[in-house]
This record gives sequence, C-alpha cells and structure tokens, in this order.
Amino acid sequence: MTAASRRVRAWVVLLILLNTSVLFAGFIAPYPANQQNRITPFAPPTRLHFVEPAGQFHLRPFVYTIVSQSGTLDEYEEDRSRFYPVRFMVRGAPYTIAGFAADLHLFGVEEPARLFLFGSDQFGRDVFSRLLFGAQISLVAGLLAAGLAVALGIVGGGLAGFYGGWTDDAVMRIAELFLALPWLYLLLAVRSALPLHIDPARAFLLLVTVIGLVGWARPARLIRGMVLSAKRRDHVLAARAFGATDMYLLRRHVLPQTAEIILTQLTILIPRYILAEVTLSFFGLGVTEPVPSWGNMLAAVQRYDVMTSYWWMFLPGIALTPVFLLYYALANALHEHTAFSSP
Amino acid sequence: MRYLSRRLAHGLLVLLGVSVLSFTFVALAPGDFLNEMKLDPRISPEMVAALRVRYGLDQPLPVKYVHWIQSLLRGELGFSFAYDRPVSALLWPRVLNTLLLTIPATVAAWLVAVPIGAWCATQRGRWFDRMCAWLTTVLLTVPELLLALGLLLFALRTRLFPVGGMRSPGLAESGTWQSANDLALHLVLPSVALILVNLPILIRHVRSSLIDTLAAPFIQGAHARGVPPSRLLFRDALRAASNPLISLLGLSVAGLLSTSLVIEAVMSWPGLGPLLLEAIAARDMYLVIGAVMCSTLLLLAGNLAADALLYLADPRIRADHA
Repeated sequence: MTAASRRVRAWVVLLILLNTSVLFAGFIAPYPANQQNRITPFAPPTRLHFVEPAGQFHLRPFVYTIVSQSGTLDEYEEDRSRFYPVRFMVRGAPYTIAGFAADLHLFGVEEPARLFLFGSDQFGRDVFSRLLFGAQISLVAGLLAAGLAVALGIVGGGLAGFYGGWTDDAVMRIAELFLALPWLYLLLAVRSALPLHIDPARAFLLLVTVIGLVGWARPARLIRGMVLSAKRRDHVLAARAFGATDMYLLRRHVLPQTAEIILTQLTILIPRYILAEVTLSFFGLGVTEPVPSWGNMLAAVQRYDVMTSYWWMFLPGIALTPVFLLYYALANALHEHTAFSSP
Repeated sequence: MRYLSRRLAHGLLVLLGVSVLSFTFVALAPGDFLNEMKLDPRISPEMVAALRVRYGLDQPLPVKYVHWIQSLLRGELGFSFAYDRPVSALLWPRVLNTLLLTIPATVAAWLVAVPIGAWCATQRGRWFDRMCAWLTTVLLTVPELLLALGLLLFALRTRLFPVGGMRSPGLAESGTWQSANDLALHLVLPSVALILVNLPILIRHVRSSLIDTLAAPFIQGAHARGVPPSRLLFRDALRAASNPLISLLGLSVAGLLSTSLVIEAVMSWPGLGPLLLEAIAARDMYLVIGAVMCSTLLLLAGNLAADALLYLADPRIRADHA
C-alpha cells in the first residue's frame, strides 16, 4: 500500500467517524436542542473552575450558576455561594438514537446550574447542544444530497455514454442547461417552486432532493466521459462479442471503471452541499426554527447587535471550517493517489 | 469571427432553454403572489379573482409562456406584482450593481493571483510556495458566508468601512467626487470578500499551469540560451500558459456569480442576489424568472468574453476557425 492510499484511507476513516458521531448527538449534548432558559439569553460560555474562592483545589471541574446583573439583559455574574461539579455519564433529558430511547448523557451539571460550553442563544438554548443536533441536519443533508446527485449522474451519464446516439444528445443537452445557470441561482429557482413555509422535517427532505437534483449535471458529464472510454476497451468489446447483455456489461465492466471519479465527485460535492443547506437555511429558505441547522443558527448574527456582542453565535459557521478541511484533505489525497497510480 | 458568432448563437439557444426550464420550475410552485391577499379579510375574493385575470395568472402555462416571450420582445421581461412595474426596469439597476461589484473584484483578484501564482511556480517546494499552499487551503475551507459575516464584524468593530448598502444616506445632494468616494468606500468590503473567496482557486491554477509550462522544452531551451528568468516567466511562460488561464476565467464566472449572491445578500449590496431572494419570498414569479435569466445572461456573456479573449490570445484557435 502506497503512502497516498494510506492517506486516503486515514481521511476516509476520520470522515466516517465524524459522520457517525453525529448520530450520537443526543448522548454528547447535555441538553435537548429546544430547551429554553428564558432568564439567561445570550449567556457567554460557562466558565469551568478548578479552584474555590477559599482556595481549595478540585481535580473535577465545577461551575457556578449565573444571575443577570440588575439593569442589564445580557450581562451575567456568577453566584459563588454554591458550586456544581461537572459529572460524567449522568441521567438527563430523554432522547433517541436511531429509534432507541435513552437518557444517559456524556456530561452534565446538577440543576439549577447550566453548563453552556458554547454559550446560549437568544432563547437561552445551549449552543453546544444545538450545534450537535444541527450537525444531524446540515452534515447529513450534504451527504444525502451529494449521494443523490451522484446517483442521478451515474444514471444520466451512464445511459448517455453507453448508448450514445440520441440518448447521449438529449441527456447532455439537458445537462448543459443545468450547467448554464450559476449554481446558486439555479438552486434558488428550484427552491422557489416549493412552498415558502414548510415544516422542518419535510423541508429537510425537500432540500436534499432539490440540492441533489440541481447537482446531477457535472457528475453526469464526467461519468459519461469515463463510460465512453470504458466501453471501447478490448475486454468490454470481447465480452460483448461473447453475448453479454447491456446490463451485465454496465454492471461488471463499465461502471466499476467510474468508481474513482464517483469517490472524487463525492468528496467535492459533499462540502459544497453542506454549505448549500447552510446558505439556504441562513436565508430562511431551508430548514426552519425550532429545528436547529447550522444555517438557521448562524442566521442569528444577521442582527448587528448580536454579531458584535456575542462571538459564540458565529460558532455554527466556524464549525464548517474543520469539516471542510477534512473533505479537502481527502480530495487532495485522492488526487495524489490517482496521479501516482494511473499509468 | 465565425467562431464567435457560432458561440453567440449557441448562447441564445441555451438562454431559450433556460427560460423554458425556469418557467416550468416556477410554474410548478404551489400558490402565487395573490395567495397572501386571499388571507387578507380587507380584500374581497372577487377582487382577487379580478386581479388574477388582469395579471394573467388564470391562464395555462403555455399561454403564460407565450405572453412572457411577447413581453420579452417588448423589452419588459414580464411584470412584477410586488413592485407593480415591468421586471426589466427593476433588473437593470441591480445587474449594473452586481457588475460594479464583480468586474473590479475579478480584475483585482487576477492581478493579485497571477504574480503570486507565478512566484509559487518558480519557488516550487520552497518556503514561499509552502506558505501559499497553506494559506490557500485555509482560505478554501472558509465558506463565503462566514467570510462575509466576518468582514462585516470587522467593519462594525473598527468602523473603518460603512456597513450595508452602496450609498450613505444624506449624500444624495453632494458633489460627484464625494459620492464616488462614498461608493468606493461601500464597495471595499464586498469586493474584499469576493477577492478572498476567489484568490485561492486562482493562485492554485496559475501555479499549476505555469509549472506545466515551465517544464516545456522551449522554455528549457530558452533558459539554456541564457534568457533571464524573470523575462522568461512573465513574457514567455505566462503567454504560453494563457490558454488554460483564460479557460479558467470563463469557467469561474458561474462560481463568481453564486459567491456574489451570498456576499451581496449578507452585506446588503443592492445587486441581483438580494432581489432574487426578495422575489422568492414575495412569490413574485416573473421577477424570479427575470433574475435567473439575468444570471444566465451574465454567465453566458462572461463565457463569451473568455472565448473572445482566447481567440485573441491563442493563435491555434484562430487558425482552426479562420
């Protein structure tokens, strides 16, 4: 195994870990996504302490409750009369993971204290918890939409490349129309065909469908090229001469040739589609409140006072960067891999 | 010239196709502009029905399309319900604003990217190249949405640049010099965002295509004959690498418009992007179609310009299509 393919494997494993960890949002998050704390809006990230005011040191971190300073709405001070140690594996609010109900949380603090690792939002909801639940929407939307786009690309490009003739012409002319539109404009045009206000669960599915539909043309074009060259290879022609059916040829000889392109396209498309969901939700055209998505969470900073005063409200946007970095690293590794392995 | 006219004819066909496509999408939308009115108790159902007839919303789709084509030939592009005006009157100022933002930003991005990319290509593997590789990776992973918001925060905090819009209020009567200055100040923030988004891709492409060219035998030969490296790089190699670079310019227009939409909307630059978002929110069907058509037109124009540049820059294409 070459260094390049080892790197590819490492990044793929990391990405699989990232995407499966999203499933466990309910376990990692200390609070439900929509638990409001109306008395503590825009609370800054809760400070973890190790030393009591008296000077006593604790290995286990602890927090204080916060009370808003009189006369202000969003300035808090700690009430140091009692401290609340951070406990691990605590029972808390119920949640489900893939249908299984549970109430065990990775960490938490005793009521009435709150542990806002990343602060709280305008309704006093825990940003850290919402970020994790929002990842279930945003990251998964990107994954599914890219999967759909590539699947449609395989069907379209496969048919066009394999059968040629008028099928090829028709499919590629339509693809050209899709490519002639700036991508986001196209996405918005299709989005405008849907009702404005959709309930969040349906919005998620519709969004995935729309983003996937809009993106089929580029993978289709690439896969068509690959199929076109693959079907003229000698071993494919030989198989055809022995009487292999079209389906057999496609399944056995032609489509496997496109595997590398498909993987590369996925690594390019997934981050782009994550961003598509985030952008649409940011503009209020995607998944809407109260269901958290990184886009509608980030939309809070459209208010200038929120933007300048509460830096942690940027975290849903900042969280995109490490995710994108992983995908770009994989794309780079794949690029090197193909550059060195191809004859 | 036959080459360019063929591209032009092709572009017109694509525009026609896109108009059918966007018409179908938008017509599939449940509800229309008048839906909101139905809910308003002050407006009688008869009134809504009358308006529906007046706007032609009761007609079947092909009839609507024919009407729209007729209005296109009159130069109106349909009628905006929300603004009560022909769509084209709304679109043109917005298109100009988008161009005002994108064209200078593109030129600036290229002016920055070409020397940096060229320098990276000659310094391949050394510290400058590595630093650029890192910086471009970092920039690539920052989505334009976050970048625009970050720049907005910067402007709000430092108060160095005006935030939002393209003119300061109350400057309407002041002199041309002052208003131009004001416009330029408003332009800085969205332009910087646009440049920063495009820069990493451009630098990488300039670098890789120059690396390819610098390895070409004729460059090696010139180098061996003692042509000074800087002249070799900027006069000979850059010219030979112009073909892939100009192709990139054509390809990057689509991305540029999409990025610009996000930046315009976040920084409330009154371009095409915010207009489209408003039109979608208002269910203003013809305005949506108009904005989408305009974006296609801009993209095709950009591609055509790149083709024309390619035609001028690459003698091989001229020879092929003479």
